[in-house]
Amino acid sequence: MSQIDEQLRTELQRQGVWVTSMQELYNWGRKNSIWPLQFGLACCAIEMIATAASRYDIARFGGEVFRPSPRQADLMIVAGTVTKKMAPQIVRLYNQMADPKYVIAMGACAISGGPFKQGYNVLKGIDRYVPVDVYIPGCPPRPEALLHAFMELQRKIKDQKLTGANKAEFLKAEQPSEFPVPAFGSHDLEPRANRDVFQPPVIERQS
Amino acid sequence: MSAAIETIEVMERPPLSMGSRLEGELLEVSMGPQHPSTHGVFRMNVALDGEVVRKLKPVFGYLHRNHEKIGENTSYLGSMPYTDRLDYFCSMTNNWAYALSVEKLAGIEVPERAEYLRVILAELTRLQNHASLLGFLLSDMGAWGTPLMYAFREREKILDLFESLAGSRMMCDYMRFGGCRVDASDEWLARAKQIVDRFPKFLDEFEELILGNEIVIGRTQNVGKLSAELAINAGITGPMLRACGVNYDVRKVDGYGFYPRFKFRVPLGDHGDTYDRLMLRALEMRESVKILKQAFPQIAPGPVVNPKIKVRGFRPPVGEAYGRIEGPKGELGFYLISDGSSNPYRYRVRPPSFINLTVLEDLCLGHTVADVMVILGSIDIVMGEVDR
Amino acid sequence: MESLDETKSRIEAAVPGAKIEILQNGTPAQQHSLLIDREHAVATARFLRVDPALRLDFCSNVTGVDWLDRVVKKTTKIKKLVEGQEKEIVETTEEKIPGYLEAVYHLYSMTHKHGPLIIRLRTTDRAEGSRLPSLTPIWRSAEFQEREIFDLYGVHFEGHPDLRRIMMWDEFEDHPMRKDYREPDDYEWEPTPHDEVLEKAKAHYPSRPRLDGAEDIVEPLKH
Repeated sequence: MSQIDEQLRTELQRQGVWVTSMQELYNWGRKNSIWPLQFGLACCAIEMIATAASRYDIARFGGEVFRPSPRQADLMIVAGTVTKKMAPQIVRLYNQMADPKYVIAMGACAISGGPFKQGYNVLKGIDRYVPVDVYIPGCPPRPEALLHAFMELQRKIKDQKLTGANKAEFLKAEQPSEFPVPAFGSHDLEPRANRDVFQPPVIERQS
Repeated sequence: MSAAIETIEVMERPPLSMGSRLEGELLEVSMGPQHPSTHGVFRMNVALDGEVVRKLKPVFGYLHRNHEKIGENTSYLGSMPYTDRLDYFCSMTNNWAYALSVEKLAGIEVPERAEYLRVILAELTRLQNHASLLGFLLSDMGAWGTPLMYAFREREKILDLFESLAGSRMMCDYMRFGGCRVDASDEWLARAKQIVDRFPKFLDEFEELILGNEIVIGRTQNVGKLSAELAINAGITGPMLRACGVNYDVRKVDGYGFYPRFKFRVPLGDHGDTYDRLMLRALEMRESVKILKQAFPQIAPGPVVNPKIKVRGFRPPVGEAYGRIEGPKGELGFYLISDGSSNPYRYRVRPPSFINLTVLEDLCLGHTVADVMVILGSIDIVMGEVDR
Repeated sequence: MESLDETKSRIEAAVPGAKIEILQNGTPAQQHSLLIDREHAVATARFLRVDPALRLDFCSNVTGVDWLDRVVKKTTKIKKLVEGQEKEIVETTEEKIPGYLEAVYHLYSMTHKHGPLIIRLRTTDRAEGSRLPSLTPIWRSAEFQEREIFDLYGVHFEGHPDLRRIMMWDEFEDHPMRKDYREPDDYEWEPTPHDEVLEKAKAHYPSRPRLDGAEDIVEPLKH
């Protein structure tokens, strides 16, 4: 996947010359200093804080600086149950983040509603309104699981292309980076899901 | 409710000088639901006159997960994992409160070893809850997370104990109706005793670094004073009530479990301000260590669950019961109405943090915005419990 | 603490016209409750808080309960004259109890350290008549809990200082904790449904695509 021939690169390195491409350098800088948004909703937030504490240090991976303001963050870790009352605020926060931005859905509640799925106030997954990059199952997932997800995200960022046909989403001019905020209806949120974002596979059942 | 910023026409008013009291227009600010203080999704609509709070209305419901409705559609035992997620710092005490209520409803007895284990786990939970709270409050005050790291270091030791006993760090789901799920080995008890023996050294270090710090004293003394009459009338319980000088601890009043067998004191505060609440939690941690030191020699081998209980098809008699315990945040109670079937007819949680927030407006009036976060931190709320 | 009968007679003496009823509780918890009528609720509550022997100054828990229309079967043994002889016959009567909403208050005393005393207030019906007097002026701890009962059950508390929705958003129209509430239908993506969720998810299954018209054939082929 590299743009440079590996053999040439190793040969040059033996001579003391280091060759890289703009894409590698750019992605290397981005993936090693991700600034998460300080945004914990429920129980998973405590495991997120435990990940940031001294035992499972997230600072080793570059994610130490948790910014309280969305304008300064590039990763939103949705940790905890997303309720319908909170969903418009989450979409607003996502809209306020600057590109390139990533979302990790941490915990069963953020993926699909979790144990509280059957509820009048629980949104069945944050991916109904906002595109998600990494999903972490668990209730709550261990701090090591969050670190694994962080590393997966770093791998994803490393493989993002800056030019060419399949360049990264945030570089395409016609891709939206802000999504419409749902409104409070009289029985439910309106719309119930954002059809551009929420595209679950169609299930064919036997009966 | 959106933030409305009123414009002040400076030309028509005289310039602001020290000591002059001007009647400006009130600035309405919405603090939350996403804010750096890590109490969860809680929102306060504050009306400010400059920096001084004139009106404060809390807004709840951002984590309302309809736990009570799920309780009506689930069996009694099926609701036990949901009680872990109420106050997600203290899952063991939540489980105990629920198990106590169902045992009252159905008249179930608990064997001795299970009662001792329950006391040991509840006091360990209280230790790590109070330590984390002090850590969070100090990070709100601007200590940038260092006391939190110290507190979480101790918390990780206790969570390791929970994990090797119950299988999970936070959501333990350990208590059952009539005892506990799994027995604790002697090796576990020895490890727990070792951690408890080393805890006072951490407490000494913590108190010296934090509670004697002049910034903490300056920011918390005489801030958020709560009178005893208002506290009793507003239904405040837990360390917040005892900081006002009212001697009401459910462990002593009801005497549930085996608490009457242990000698411990109930610390009381004098002034009812934020510093008293902090200091009281530090003193309560020492009392918990005392209880634990008495419990370890007294525990004897035996069964940990009542063998006469039906696990499948558990149907309590028709009626109702209200059971309560002294959780780390206050009085946690469960009110169950049973109609004879396997699901409860009405399942209600009495949340201490929710009721302790009744007086938030009274405490914050007249103080500055910076004090609001300190007062909110000292009330010790957890949104999983407030919104259920 | 004194027995419920004593409390009942003292309340009836102190608050003239109050109609109190003792409701028995069949569980080993033995927590019997007092049913208080709506008109004298505030006066009764004030008496309970102020009376020196009781001093119930701590209202611990306020719960809302929804009772639907019920049919209660009662079996009684009656002595009847059958063919000139007195016999004991077991008769079953069915009593229709209309539904109502209920607020249950658990009261304790911090001064005397006794309790609980449980009082209940009932509405007339589950529709427009669901109004109850608010006990917030007596015990401030009822403030948020009565707001929650208003939000989730629809009981209107008269005399409450600030009655508005607390858990759900302001534009929400239903009262979710009622037994006949139907939740909104967002079950379109259910990978592993079973029981009730399977029923709800079936409404969203895609129909099988039209292939060649063979689906319209009703009669089986005869070989």
